Amino acid sequence: MGIRINGQDVNAPGDARVSLLELLRDELQLTGTKVGCNQGACGACTVLVDGERVLSCLMLAVQADGRAVTTIEGLGDAGQLSALQAAFIAHDGLQCGYCTPGQICAATAMLREVDAGVPSYISTDLTSHPVLTRDEVRERMSGNLCRCGAHNGIVDAIMQVAAERAA
Amino acid sequence: MTPLTYHRAATVQQAMQLAGVAGRRPLGGGTNLIDLMRKGIEQPSGLVDVSGLSNQITPTPGGGLMIGAATKNSALAAHPLVRAHYPMLARALLAGASAQIRNMATVGGNVLQRTRCLYFQDAAASRCNKRLPGSGCDAHGGFNRYHAVIGGSSSCIATHPSDMCVALAALDAVVHVADRGGERTIGLVDLHRLPGERPDIDTVLEPGELIVAIELPRSPFDGPSAYRKVRDRASYAFALVAVAAGLEMRGDTISEIRIAFGGVAAKPWRALRAEAVLRGGPATSDAFERAFEAEFAHAAPPEGAAYKIELARRTLVAILSKLSGSTQ
Repeated sequence: MGIRINGQDVNAPGDARVSLLELLRDELQLTGTKVGCNQGACGACTVLVDGERVLSCLMLAVQADGRAVTTIEGLGDAGQLSALQAAFIAHDGLQCGYCTPGQICAATAMLREVDAGVPSYISTDLTSHPVLTRDEVRERMSGNLCRCGAHNGIVDAIMQVAAERAA
Repeated sequence: MTPLTYHRAATVQQAMQLAGVAGRRPLGGGTNLIDLMRKGIEQPSGLVDVSGLSNQITPTPGGGLMIGAATKNSALAAHPLVRAHYPMLARALLAGASAQIRNMATVGGNVLQRTRCLYFQDAAASRCNKRLPGSGCDAHGGFNRYHAVIGGSSSCIATHPSDMCVALAALDAVVHVADRGGERTIGLVDLHRLPGERPDIDTVLEPGELIVAIELPRSPFDGPSAYRKVRDRASYAFALVAVAAGLEMRGDTISEIRIAFGGVAAKPWRALRAEAVLRGGPATSDAFERAFEAEFAHAAPPEGAAYKIELARRTLVAILSKLSGSTQ
């Protein structure tokens, strides 16, 4: 086995204590993924594992053995921004930028969850396909904190991308 | 974190064998256990990853659902049968943690998560009988607005943090446990212990036992059920008070009712006394108030959590008023 990270296979670490976050940043120099609280409260370390958003600080790297990990580096780069990356810039969805990789990884998966019809705590009807309102975005993105307070721009950016996808 | 070994279990038998070594712990998603290991509160010598065991959600002959313990919280909340027939459970799951954590956390691990009491979490500087038996409890007389108002003891007033378990308690869920002799079942409401003099023991599980599935009986309601969670911010916070409730009306009479509270005790608090007051009677504010009084007559909140009594009362009355269609 091995961990497929942004399309490349790497060996799981021999020391089971190494978190996925530590593997990404300290071993592989994929420093786009950020260390925030390191205890599952802020979302800065969000990455995608098999397409689903998870917190890399609360996952041991060995748990990801045999699975595919996508980090912010795997979603786009300066030459080819993803739609969400471009929208975050256009809407000032950041100030210091520290939470941004986690926000964008989370939003990438969140839009797929909506496409799949997954409801949120505030969805009125649990059995019908959810409608992505601003309040829905805020609820679904509540696991990602922004201490600069750029949330309005973040919601604007996500709403724009959601509208483009629906068009 | 202390050095440890990591093992993956492909079958329940293998998991039992691997976890039978002293010091080893089963690992579901790890969202609670890995955090506690980093804080030095849990120090297993090895982890047995059971996230590859059953994550199937299958209808039972009795009209209920069997949920593999490795099912992710997000998968259970999104399942069409859960959303259609157990809305209070779907809503409780969706009220818990964040989308990222729900994608990681397993159903079995959710049940066995440990308290978020600040003093339990602070291994460096706080006394805690749950973490270190006999050391004392700094929550008594400390910052205790998140603490238990019912069922606590002089040793411990920590609460159980799960949202999912509150709905499971209301729904009469049954926990399937593998032990060396085979399998046994425990009612979810009987799984978690009240602290008494042994707050270090969270549940009635014996060492070596492993939760393999949660069984939901057929839903007792055709009508709506709900989960209402009150917290310090609108999302991504533990409950101050939560209520899972469902009821069925026959004319002007409540024919069936289920109520459970979260955030008030060391276990999800099934409110059988309140249910008994309401079953067979009218759905009025007065009846809801009497039901609450019956349930919380012996509540003994610490000073900081006294507000929870009024909060729980109002939350119960509001949710029952909405479900029964009576004006409030």
